Amino acid sequence: MSGVRVLVGTRKGAFVLSSDGKREKWEVSGPHFAGWEIYHMKASPVDPDRVYASQSTGWFGQLIQRSNDGGKTWEPAGNKFEYDGVAGTHQWYDGTPHPWKFARVWHLEPSLTDPDVVHAGVEDAALFRTTDGAQTWEELPGLRLHGTGASWQPGAGGLCLHTIILDPGDPKRIFIAISAAGAFRTDDGGKTWKPINQGLKSVGIPDPSAEVGHCVHHIAMHPARPGVLFMQKHWDVMRSDNAGDSWEEVSGNLPTDFGFAIDVHAHEPETIYVVPIKSDSEHFPPDGKLRVYRSKAGGNEWEALTKGLPQRDCYVNVLRDAMAVDSLDSCGIYFGTTGGQVYASADAGENWTAIVRDLPAVLSVEVQTLQ
Amino acid sequence: MIRVEIPAHLRTLARVTGEVQLEIKGEPTLCALLNELEARYPVLRGTIRDQATNERRPFVRFFACQEDYSHEPPETRLPAAVVAGVEPFLIVGAMAGG
Repeated sequence: MSGVRVLVGTRKGAFVLSSDGKREKWEVSGPHFAGWEIYHMKASPVDPDRVYASQSTGWFGQLIQRSNDGGKTWEPAGNKFEYDGVAGTHQWYDGTPHPWKFARVWHLEPSLTDPDVVHAGVEDAALFRTTDGAQTWEELPGLRLHGTGASWQPGAGGLCLHTIILDPGDPKRIFIAISAAGAFRTDDGGKTWKPINQGLKSVGIPDPSAEVGHCVHHIAMHPARPGVLFMQKHWDVMRSDNAGDSWEEVSGNLPTDFGFAIDVHAHEPETIYVVPIKSDSEHFPPDGKLRVYRSKAGGNEWEALTKGLPQRDCYVNVLRDAMAVDSLDSCGIYFGTTGGQVYASADAGENWTAIVRDLPAVLSVEVQTLQ
Repeated sequence: MIRVEIPAHLRTLARVTGEVQLEIKGEPTLCALLNELEARYPVLRGTIRDQATNERRPFVRFFACQEDYSHEPPETRLPAAVVAGVEPFLIVGAMAGG
């Protein structure tokens, strides 16, 4: 029988939520690594019991944990993230040069074919890879040493590489995004990188259409159409139909085009989801109403999905890695909030229920569909 | 034997309870103590000091015999009472944050 496992990273530990394919009754396991920030957990698509977790605190730094039994037990893996060669400088908030310094792992992206291969996106922005199941990590320095690297500036959360998308049709093509440098693509397995920000407009930088400097919050792709990308930028929801070579805005009738999370329906590549958030400093839902917005047209035309979600007095945020989908016949949509709720919809967003309500602030949500 | 107290989170990581006891070969310095601790419990590498530079992490402090050793150079000799096992060497997580 099919089932679903939801991997939830929070400010104070990790939680594993499990259900059968009906997605009505849930078991909650955790907290794992109690008291530690779990920025991200993700499982190998080819070995569902192999799960990787990024564990960190400001006190004791970064650890990587590995599970071989679907998150029941964990073993610490390698946590040495050293930049390749001389790290150099990027720009600080005030525009002065600032030495590149490792802070934490924001995102772990296991390989589509090998459970021992994982990419890690880190702060200060760089891409690392392990080929031995997270025992050792090596930087792919071509990204950080891109000619524009010295001009990259951090967003409010730091200079973080938070999005990694592997192209299922081309093992040498990877998309990444950095706040606040923008999106980049490699077509040669990470040796060289190209900024893919043409069409983005960011009013908070000197040249709104600059090659780099955009605060990309998240990117999503449907695996059946790896050339089509959807982006939630600091402001604006964008889409690209040519693997990021150019972008057009598809914010349409959204109540605000600011937000963090974006994802694609598992079976309908033109159906996408965002959670509009009020900004530039509030970072909570407009009017105190938590609404997921869905477009079935790949953007521009959006409908609010509200059944089961609080429609008054709700002032939580939904962070960039805190939305995911399952691939059951009726696609499940999941997201976590900074208020500690994890909401699930087993019918593509029509109806929502809270799996749990009182976790620590949710940083990330990933979903495994188990056969 | 040198007695070392480590913070609760690091005891969980190292899967120990109570004090850790270390035997240091050679000069009993601050650096030698940390080297031996990390050799005995590799999971602690990077949690107390940076793996590349050996700099103490900012929110970790070193105390012994009512003195603060956090800013002492790595080659600093441990106090006699710590070397003799009379007093523990304390590795402390700063009481800060939420």
